[in-house]
Amino acid sequence: MIEPRLDNRPCGGKYGDIVQAIGHTPLVELRRLSPKPGVRIYAKLESYNPTGSVKDRVAKAMIEDAEASGAIRPGQMILEPTSGNTGISLAMICSRKGYPLKVVMPDNVTRERTDLLRMYRAEIVYSPGVQGSNGAVALALEMAEADSSYYMPYQYGNQANPLAHYNGTAVEILEELDEVSAFVGGLGTGGTLMGCARRLKEENPDTVIVAAEPLQGEAVQGLRSLDDGYIPPILDLSLLDRKIFVSNRDAVVWTKRLLADEGLFVGVSSGAIAAIAVRAANELEEGNVVFVVPDDGWKYLSSGVYTRPLEELEDSLDSASFW
Amino acid sequence: MSTVKIPPVLRSSTGGEKQVAAEGADVGEVLRALARQHPDTERQLFGEAGQLNRYVNVYLNDEDVRVLQGLDTPVGADDTLVILPAMAGG
Repeated sequence: MIEPRLDNRPCGGKYGDIVQAIGHTPLVELRRLSPKPGVRIYAKLESYNPTGSVKDRVAKAMIEDAEASGAIRPGQMILEPTSGNTGISLAMICSRKGYPLKVVMPDNVTRERTDLLRMYRAEIVYSPGVQGSNGAVALALEMAEADSSYYMPYQYGNQANPLAHYNGTAVEILEELDEVSAFVGGLGTGGTLMGCARRLKEENPDTVIVAAEPLQGEAVQGLRSLDDGYIPPILDLSLLDRKIFVSNRDAVVWTKRLLADEGLFVGVSSGAIAAIAVRAANELEEGNVVFVVPDDGWKYLSSGVYTRPLEELEDSLDSASFW
Repeated sequence: MSTVKIPPVLRSSTGGEKQVAAEGADVGEVLRALARQHPDTERQLFGEAGQLNRYVNVYLNDEDVRVLQGLDTPVGADDTLVILPAMAGG
């Protein structure tokens, strides 16, 4: 039996420029993951953005916001800390718009992230991998303070980040679904969760907002003291109903399951978020659960996650940085 | 007695122990019991007013206690508290 299409749009839209093609991503039902007939699970495939991640929305919003306020014009050097995706998105957009870009990134990310950044002509400064993204943030802040010629969009503290989701991701979800019982997003900067939570709760205050966050491997917790912890300024915990961590191992298990059961080739954080989405679905009697797929799987291929059995991966998971 | 998992960054304060058993009916009591056993952890876990250090995340099993009832979140004998530094992504 051929299922009816969710809508009649013949394509994802017609755009005059790749930057304008950001967003408008598919919302796909995952029937094999649904634990009971009355509960439907949908994946918002942000992997369909031009550089393969949800960060295209954020980078576009931050650059356009800075342009609109007169803070930058072509030729301005942009500096940004990232674990990869935001840097890659900024690199594509900056190369299109004529801004040189320098990113600060942990040195333990997969090779593909370095390749993609170089492909879009970004300069890379590496921070110690044992400090995770916190180390990249700290180093970028030091660099910006020492050299005022940088413009730093600073995704962790820039309201254009959550607004990209408030005005984009969440609106697209509400265009397709009459109700959202639970929304599950990954917690990195807090942008996806904050923006979607605000818009979805305006529509229905009872929508449960659930954050899935990485349980960083011990080798990525190499901070000097707990005071080296970092909380993104845009993160408002009062908008979250639940905040649950997922180990790298469980994230990989569910990433493999998304591939095997639903044909989704997605990044490892998507596996973590899917695990929590299924848990949220189990706790409902009926309704729609929406979760965000932040990126596709291409930039994690060299990690072996999709091709090697879990037992072979165990040793490397502790030092991997997937978020 | 519940179990408290110690992150690498705190292990120099627990004599290298990766997990510690501690008694308490809620999160605050369990963490203070940990601080009595290993006094060097107190300054890292708590602020001057006795509140949870801003940069410390504490999870009851796998849920962040700040989104539950904070230090007042009830803890059972079979529960595990996981202490982690707040880490960003992106």
